[in-house]
Amino acid sequence: MTTPEKPAVNPALAVLAWLWVIVPFGYGLYELLIKIPALFG
Amino acid sequence: MPAGFLARERIVAPPGWSRWLIPPAALSIHLAIGQAYAWTAFKTALTSTMLNGNPNAGVLSALPFQLAIVMLGLSAALFGTQVDARGPRWAMVVSSSCFVAGFLISALGVSIGAYWLVVLGYGFVGGIGLGIGYISPVSTLIKWFPDRPGLSTGIAIMGFGGGALIATPLTNQLLAAFGGAVKGGSASPVASTFLVMGIIYAVFMSVGWLLIRVPAEGWRPAGWDPATQTAGAMISTKNVSAANAIRTPQFWLLWVVLCFNVTAGIGILERAQDIYTDFFGAGVSPAGIAAAAGGFAAMLSLANSLGRILWSSASDPLGRKRIYMIYLGVGAVLYLAITLLGNSNKVVFLICSIFILSFYGAGFATAPAYLRDLFGTYQVGAIHGRLLTAWSVAGVLGPLIVNALADANKGIAGPGRYTTAFTIMIVLLVIGFVANALIRPVNAKFHEPDTTTVTPEGAQA
Repeated sequence: MTTPEKPAVNPALAVLAWLWVIVPFGYGLYELLIKIPALFG
Repeated sequence: MPAGFLARERIVAPPGWSRWLIPPAALSIHLAIGQAYAWTAFKTALTSTMLNGNPNAGVLSALPFQLAIVMLGLSAALFGTQVDARGPRWAMVVSSSCFVAGFLISALGVSIGAYWLVVLGYGFVGGIGLGIGYISPVSTLIKWFPDRPGLSTGIAIMGFGGGALIATPLTNQLLAAFGGAVKGGSASPVASTFLVMGIIYAVFMSVGWLLIRVPAEGWRPAGWDPATQTAGAMISTKNVSAANAIRTPQFWLLWVVLCFNVTAGIGILERAQDIYTDFFGAGVSPAGIAAAAGGFAAMLSLANSLGRILWSSASDPLGRKRIYMIYLGVGAVLYLAITLLGNSNKVVFLICSIFILSFYGAGFATAPAYLRDLFGTYQVGAIHGRLLTAWSVAGVLGPLIVNALADANKGIAGPGRYTTAFTIMIVLLVIGFVANALIRPVNAKFHEPDTTTVTPEGAQA
């Protein structure tokens, strides 16, 4: 059975859900990038 | 009677539910439990405070991490069936509860000076959370993305590898905010950091179990035809049961391959900050070397994370056996380069370390596909659960080798402190390389009859 994809989810919820994981990951990446000069200093 | 909050029936997605909500749910769990790879930050803090002056500080400070990895493998193998039966929300709640409890118990242990509570809390209780959390979202993702299983599981597996990217700076910043882990000073900042991180992870992981849904029976993505996937994928035509698989030499050869590949990576990963400090700490201010060592640990976790998706993707065109030869063979050469060059060239040291850790992550990510190639898709999940015991052994072996030898060579300054440990790693990688070279197709006597139903339960890593 192929379910017709009628959105049952508010798109804002999907955006928030992705931000929930992307923001901490972005924080980790940012913290890594600003440490790179120290790594080679 | 209505289904309970944790029951599988309660989280069957209504028509039109977006499957793109499932990856962030899975990542909420995997990005959290991936914190295990950032243990090195706590290890350094504990060695400076609670374990300061203890001649076995290196080995003792590795114990919580080692036990956590042992429990990860054991609980993944033991509770895999329960996770499938009870559903991902149950699994995620159990995982979150155990993982968070591990931090809270550790906070208590540090604050009252009972180190055994840190081992019990973070290692035993938290480790169960790691194992159940590790397998719970991945199998759900496969059901939601039958058309893109590699992409979906790759996201989660990357999340586990990338958890330390968040946890390393978070731990170090919290420690600094609470007064810092000063050598010989109070352990109170360490206790506070454990406590706050436990609370943060409780909130962060809650989105995972709130958001997770399972697809309704018979659901499939719009426009996707299962027949096209079967025709295009590299799927073994013969199947081997889990009971028979562990009777084959192939299973045990692969067990050795995974165990030694993981041992080689985990030895560096678990002691990353200390290794960097020992290699490049001479003549650098404590603050400067601490910052650089933190960056080194974070960079390794990024390599671990990216290696999972990049190298395992490359294994499709290259073949599983060939790619493991690269992981093990090139890994041994890189370890040799680090051992011989020492701290004479920082760029070479960093490049070698990054590749070693990318091979480490890739070893995990490629294992389910290797199992599927050898044993087919019938019960590959159960076989994989048994294979993860290699991770448990490696979780003890790697840190034990590096820390015990580093403790024993405390009088040796600089890279020389690790020469023996790294030489052992090279030998282990060569043994793994040989074991991989010996792997041949499974003898037909182990094959299931052709009528066996093939279920797509693979790739639970």
